[in-house]
Amino acid sequence: MNGWRRKGAVIHAGFEQQEAAVLRGLVSQLEDMLTARAEEAPQDELAELTGIRTGPSESPDDPVLSRLLPDFHKLDPDNPSREDIDSSSAMRSLHEPELLDIKVGVAKIVLDTLPRDGGHVRLTEEQADAWLGALNDVRLALGTALDVTEDMPDELPEDDPRAPHLGVYHWLTWVQETLIQALTG
Amino acid sequence: MSTPVASEQTQVEPAGAEVAASDTPWRTVVWNDPVNLMSYVTYVFQKLFGYSRDHATKLMLDVHQKGKAIVSSGSKEKVETDVAKLHAAGLWATMEQPS
Repeated sequence: MNGWRRKGAVIHAGFEQQEAAVLRGLVSQLEDMLTARAEEAPQDELAELTGIRTGPSESPDDPVLSRLLPDFHKLDPDNPSREDIDSSSAMRSLHEPELLDIKVGVAKIVLDTLPRDGGHVRLTEEQADAWLGALNDVRLALGTALDVTEDMPDELPEDDPRAPHLGVYHWLTWVQETLIQALTG
Repeated sequence: MSTPVASEQTQVEPAGAEVAASDTPWRTVVWNDPVNLMSYVTYVFQKLFGYSRDHATKLMLDVHQKGKAIVSSGSKEKVETDVAKLHAAGLWATMEQPS
């Protein structure tokens, strides 16, 4: 992988087999988590009739999912107001199904356009935007799991259990950064 | 946001107990987080809100340096839609009505 480039209307990059395997693995895992969350939504005959879907009203317990599916209000951790809690729950129920659709949708576009064995990826601008969203979701997931900070070093001490994974996070950052440059440059 | 420079976390004001007047405009707040790239946040502000590169960059720097920025305001419905779009892009956004 030498970074994304633009040629006319096409955004393109080459992926090694191992790079494709790592990225496909992470995106698939995320897709599975999001799909599992979507299946937790209350089943409702009325919703099937009207097409108005409702999602769960509670924030996910899992910190990764909770970061990908934030609350609509900033809740005071010590003393959240009842009004904010109720309003956040109502908005989550209303918006979460579509948010999950969008995130699963961009994950599928990556899996559809990135060959299993690696190779050249050629994207339209619309597909590149989907990739950008999916790369960001994967970085958010990995960043939350690794508990990254703003001043994260390039490498962690060898005895830190996160050390082997940090390289993947930094690589994803670079892949996303070059995609933004290709889209805006 | 992701950058080599350390920045302070902004303390969040507790939400007021009083109910604000219903005609006070709502506002969309984007909060700093350690993962989202500065270039990505700027790109999202331009793309979602049609802001100029300069304005989007200024808002991004506010998020980065002050811990948060108000990126849009208006009716509850408009702001709710903006927050939903920002969540789809992976930004940490919330809505509030100043009292």
